[in-house]
Amino acid sequence: MQFDKELDARGLSCPLPILKTKKALGELASGQVLKVVSTDPGSVKDMQAFANQTGNPLLESAEENKDFIFYLKKK
Amino acid sequence: MATKKMAIIATKGTLDMAYPPFILGSTAAALGYEVQIFFTFYGLQLLRRDLSDVKISPLGNPAMPMPVPMPVLVAALPGMESMATMMMKQKMKKKGVAPLEELRALCQEADVKFIACQMTVDLFDFEKSDFIDGIEFGGASTFLEFAGETDICLFV
Repeated sequence: MQFDKELDARGLSCPLPILKTKKALGELASGQVLKVVSTDPGSVKDMQAFANQTGNPLLESAEENKDFIFYLKKK
Repeated sequence: MATKKMAIIATKGTLDMAYPPFILGSTAAALGYEVQIFFTFYGLQLLRRDLSDVKISPLGNPAMPMPVPMPVLVAALPGMESMATMMMKQKMKKKGVAPLEELRALCQEADVKFIACQMTVDLFDFEKSDFIDGIEFGGASTFLEFAGETDICLFV
């Protein structure tokens, strides 16, 4: 998937993946896509909740080896 | 959709009880909540400039996971509290848990309002200069005015 910015949140535990995602999204323009890579299993549900609450759609959520990959679009 | 609001009363100053207010506060703010945290009694310790004194004791903490079984008398020995605190901090660092200072800074960056209980400051003869910048001082009524309008109100 195409993305405009990548955030490496590997090795970080809750709530850092979400907090850093919020910060990174703040730097994007509306419509741009952020790719987040995390190793925190809790981040799967957290990202969905974050997307629901903030209205920034979660385009894709995938698992690759030990990493969890998310694509979020800035609303 | 109206902004959701959350209030937290932080009354404890130990390392384990320091995390919930800052984690919940910063995360709620990230989710778009308006958040206020009222620090009272031992919670005031969490507003100090220097957080290195925030400790955890193995004594009287039967639910604390221990690498080896520890009798109460051993937990009471000099140095055990420092050791437990050091081990906990090391474990947190290894697992990628944010240090308290970072979580607190993230809260303030996200406009989480910190209110220090004026009564407790007077009670323990604390100095305003002991605490970080950017906090307000208030009493129960100050806090309750906001708390009464919240969607989530928590006592830690």
